[in-house]
Amino acid sequence: MRYMDKTIVGLSIAFVVLFCADFFMAEWVRFIGLQSLARGAVALGLLVLWRTGLVSFGHALYFGFGAYAAAMLTLIGYHDAFFLVFAGTLAAGVLAYLLGFLLRRYRAIFFALLNMAFSMILYGVIVKTEELGSTDGFSVLTPTFLGYAPKGEAVQTTLFIFTLVFTYIITVGVHLYMKTTLGGMSMAVRENEIRVEYLGYSAEKVIHVKYVFSGLVAGFGGAIMALAIGQVDPDSMANWTVSGEFVFITILSGIGNVGATYIGALVFELIRTYAFEYAPLFWQFILGGSLLAIIMFLPDGIWSLFGRLRRSDSSESSSSSNKAPSP
Amino acid sequence: MTAVLEVRDLQKNFGAVIAAKDINVTVNEHEIIGIIGANGAGKTTFVNMVTGYLKPTSGQIEFAGRNIMGLPPRTITNLGISRSFQVPQVFASETVFDNLMMAYAITEASGLELLSPLYNDERAARVDSHLARYQIAEYRNATSSTLPQGVRKLLDIAMAAVSKPTILMLDEPTSGISVEEKFDLMDTIMEALRQDQTTVLFIEHDMEIVERYVSRVLAFYQGRIICDAPVAEALLDPGVREFVIGEEYHRTRTANGNGGDNGGQL
Repeated sequence: MRYMDKTIVGLSIAFVVLFCADFFMAEWVRFIGLQSLARGAVALGLLVLWRTGLVSFGHALYFGFGAYAAAMLTLIGYHDAFFLVFAGTLAAGVLAYLLGFLLRRYRAIFFALLNMAFSMILYGVIVKTEELGSTDGFSVLTPTFLGYAPKGEAVQTTLFIFTLVFTYIITVGVHLYMKTTLGGMSMAVRENEIRVEYLGYSAEKVIHVKYVFSGLVAGFGGAIMALAIGQVDPDSMANWTVSGEFVFITILSGIGNVGATYIGALVFELIRTYAFEYAPLFWQFILGGSLLAIIMFLPDGIWSLFGRLRRSDSSESSSSSNKAPSP
Repeated sequence: MTAVLEVRDLQKNFGAVIAAKDINVTVNEHEIIGIIGANGAGKTTFVNMVTGYLKPTSGQIEFAGRNIMGLPPRTITNLGISRSFQVPQVFASETVFDNLMMAYAITEASGLELLSPLYNDERAARVDSHLARYQIAEYRNATSSTLPQGVRKLLDIAMAAVSKPTILMLDEPTSGISVEEKFDLMDTIMEALRQDQTTVLFIEHDMEIVERYVSRVLAFYQGRIICDAPVAEALLDPGVREFVIGEEYHRTRTANGNGGDNGGQL
């Protein structure tokens, strides 16, 4: 109970509710939920980077790498979701570890755009590789789960629970990690790298650790997305617009809480789905307008709404307690 | 006395500009040394080279018998040389308490300990004790960016001193501090450092501060050390009078009968 706090309680409640809801929710709702969990996990990695003072415009690199790594394994006969997602996550993590040696030396716009440059290299490689289906991509066969081979709707139901369990573990893990010395160093590096160095620790090493983590969770999100959609293709997995979506979700969510990224991802999916449904010619306009509204009215993201509500609640209760008693 | 820092033939060039040349210094443990000189004389360049912020062009720096030339700041800090800055380097949006909490956590943690909780009661107690020692406890919950300059300076120095360094180098600890506050500030710093028996080198333009707190002076002029002597002797040195403190200060000082050695030992 030592580590239990409001965030973990909230995440646990959300986990139980979604777990139970999985057996009742409509297929299209589950599909949006799956996408939100996958994209939310990527945004969680961006949140960790953001708290360190860094923004990446290229995390589709790891998302796409994780997705393609998992999908390619299905081509050579591996179908177990645990193995595929683990392999996709690990592959993206190893790539982030290697590129991290270069990227940890850059800050601000240079960091953001170097990430984008690397992501576009991956995009270019995929597009030019016939064996990977070029611009069309290729299909991913239905996964099995430790020998269990679900059929029909059970595939998505099982995959949703599978994803839910792992995102819960990752999110609680990140929340606890942010309370450790290494996690807390995000603030220190963001605020003053010189002081961190003169306290005896490498700011670059801190950034590298967080970068690898962000790569791991982006790879996880990509692998999940590949299994959820049953298809990988460069435009929806590795293009720069996908990186933009992750930044969009992070701004939408705010960096106040690890759970916010999933709410942000869900809101993003809903806006996009409904905008495309009801205004197919203007859906990007609606998406952009929503982002503009968030930046103008909720600059700290959706999560700041909860803070505002708490503050207004407490001020109301304090003002009512200050009122003179009625005669 | 045991030498803790040996600097030999240190030089730093920025292109064609020679910022420091022929720097030879031996620092003994528990010494309090004042580094004086006009702007651009090479004082901060010297401190930056010793603390790893700048890589020397040539020469040798030995700390406790180990060559530290070209090592990064974090390695030098971990070996035992720490520093503060002319512009305080703190975590501006955090509270004074959180600044020191982070300083303690970074200083103490290594390996898997980095994954232990940042906040714990035992560490918090040490932070509070440190705040009291530097007399900034009343600002415990204030955000660093809102602090008065003197308090921010103290916080910067307090953070640098968390690791209990063998040598602490202070870059102009009283710059931007009012005349009324400067002695109180220095009293606080020196008393806190005396408890840890820290060897202190500090850059200072205020000769009243130098006379009162240091035992030895390194006077810089055009990148060279033109005088390395006990404080009373150094302030009478013709070169120091001409190029560093100015003849007018010297006349005022002798007119006030302040020509003798007033100590400077802690």
